[in-house]
Amino acid sequence: MNMLTMEPAKPLLSIRDLTMRFEKPRSLSDAIARRPRQVVSALNGVDLDVMAAETLGIVGESGCGKSTLARCIAGLHQPSGGDILFEGESVVGLKGPKRRAYNKRVQMMFQDPYTSLNPRMTVRDTLREAISVHRMREGAAIERRIDELLDLVRLPEGAADKYPHEFSGGQRQRIGIARALSLEPICLVADELVSALDVSVQAQVVNLLLELQDNLGLTVLFVAHDLRLVRHVSHRVAVIYLGAIVEVGPSEALFSRPRHPYSQALLAAAPSLDPADRKRAPALSGELPSPLDIPPGCPFHVRCPHAAERCRIEKPALRPVGAGMAACHFAETISAV
Amino acid sequence: MSEPRQHTVLELRYLRTEFGSRERPLIAVDDVSFSVKAGEILGLVGESGSGKSITLRSILGIVRPRGRVGGEILWKGRDLAALDEAALRKVRGREIAMIFQEPMSSLNPLLTVGLQISENLATHTDLDARARKTKAVELLEMVGIPAARNRLGDYPHEFSGGMRQRVMIAIALASNPQLLLADEPTTALDVTIQDQILRLIQSLSRDLGMAVILVTHDMGVVAQTCDRVAVMYGGRLCELGTTTQVIGDARHPYALGLLRSIPRDVAPRTPLYSIPGAPPSLSALPPGCAFTARCPVAGLECGDVRPPLAAVGQHHQVACHRRAEALAHFRQHEAAS
Repeated sequence: MNMLTMEPAKPLLSIRDLTMRFEKPRSLSDAIARRPRQVVSALNGVDLDVMAAETLGIVGESGCGKSTLARCIAGLHQPSGGDILFEGESVVGLKGPKRRAYNKRVQMMFQDPYTSLNPRMTVRDTLREAISVHRMREGAAIERRIDELLDLVRLPEGAADKYPHEFSGGQRQRIGIARALSLEPICLVADELVSALDVSVQAQVVNLLLELQDNLGLTVLFVAHDLRLVRHVSHRVAVIYLGAIVEVGPSEALFSRPRHPYSQALLAAAPSLDPADRKRAPALSGELPSPLDIPPGCPFHVRCPHAAERCRIEKPALRPVGAGMAACHFAETISAV
Repeated sequence: MSEPRQHTVLELRYLRTEFGSRERPLIAVDDVSFSVKAGEILGLVGESGSGKSITLRSILGIVRPRGRVGGEILWKGRDLAALDEAALRKVRGREIAMIFQEPMSSLNPLLTVGLQISENLATHTDLDARARKTKAVELLEMVGIPAARNRLGDYPHEFSGGMRQRVMIAIALASNPQLLLADEPTTALDVTIQDQILRLIQSLSRDLGMAVILVTHDMGVVAQTCDRVAVMYGGRLCELGTTTQVIGDARHPYALGLLRSIPRDVAPRTPLYSIPGAPPSLSALPPGCAFTARCPVAGLECGDVRPPLAAVGQHHQVACHRRAEALAHFRQHEAAS
């Protein structure tokens, strides 16, 4: 809340025209037939600013590129094009000490707490490794720091000498948070942090994240598919479709009045908790087109109920609409409905 | 919303499923009783380990031989729990069909979709090969697979996640089952696709008069799809009622807490209500109410005496000793927030 008064906010991260292509391995038959190598376009020119100390929610269907974006930002993928500026400096292609320094500032937390922790290392080992590799503390201070971290994420006493399998899913996710925090980052990338958890436990982890963010002034990228949760935790939300941002804006404005037809459909598809407001027809027909073969023009036109001739030819740019930005030729007329 | 085809097709009486040694059994489902009518969708809600999937599997006898099923499973007057494997196989797949969460692992990757549907038709109907093919196309069209005729020769990996789930449903429907057991059919899917699949199940149930038991952990899915809801915790039924009753007027402290922990009508970024602790392990359940350890209003008797399901309204039953306290606690919490 306090960051809203600190205007004008300066972006911590600026993503400029980011593209990410994965080449599919060519099969023998393709090679013989001299067919070109297939390319998956996971990101197609993402432009996004992440302000310091804000929570930016990123939503979209699976395969839309939200995890790829998160991984590019965390430095786990080398983008094919475009730039990522961190505090004004490009971080694409950083190597050696500079790369390590950046990795320390931007930490990633993963969806699956079962596979992202080494099953043969105790919590203490896991945290000690992170702390000593990055030389955050020396000697006895390491152990003190471990206790401090476990206390921060509210793990019970004695947790440090247990193995990951001895914890529940929610506790494991707290270990993941502690590991990320051990490097004293200023930006956390949370990729589906609570999706694998039971609803009753999700709230505990979300509360912890909100509290840590306010206390430590962290910037959080919250990638998730649970729209209700994203609405709750985010200051701003970006909607991504086929590797491009179609709408971005303040959370409340976007959820109460989405401007892009895809955002509208996505929100309408989320099941409402009110049994009285049931619908019989699905909100959106069809599926996400394959990222191997992205439609020309507006990538959403094949599923869009409002698509016109122009949408099939001309790709709409992300432009200011209402309180945020939307990439739709007809954003004004559609959202007026 | 369903027409008055109100005859009961399935009735569970004191269903109990246990695993492990007879001396120290792990009781996964404990004294669960409910019934389902033709054309009705019953939601079975609970967190992981609450016994909802095992309840479904017990109905079809697929927890045997490792699990031991007790109580009565009355299917059109016959007790399925007492049937041997050969007799059960005549019911399984023909009268009662089941679909699972992960369609990729329940479809045979080496057989074409057309073959898998017609296999089921060959077992459960007396159609000849040509009629089976026509019927397979009809089924795929019914579940909304475009260009169904051309897709009979495709393998499961050539379908998307949502399409695979449709194929699973088509296979399940091949024998015109009167009861469909759906175990988290949309958990692995995006909201937009989930929406399509749920509307499909809903319309099939309505049009074919098919009863459905839908296992889910998502209260939104329940609100949008089910006629009645059963809430399970620690293998036991804690609340049973119509969707409107359970979602709008829950009485059990677990159901109340679960609904409260979902962000709706709360100020953004404020702490969410969370149920303290983690789901209990089956080996450490108290003799009384399974929710005692996490319950905000638990009293002295709760840990020792099992609360029976008691009627609190027409069709609405709750298993709790301290219903008045629970309501007062959550009302007060509501006033505070």
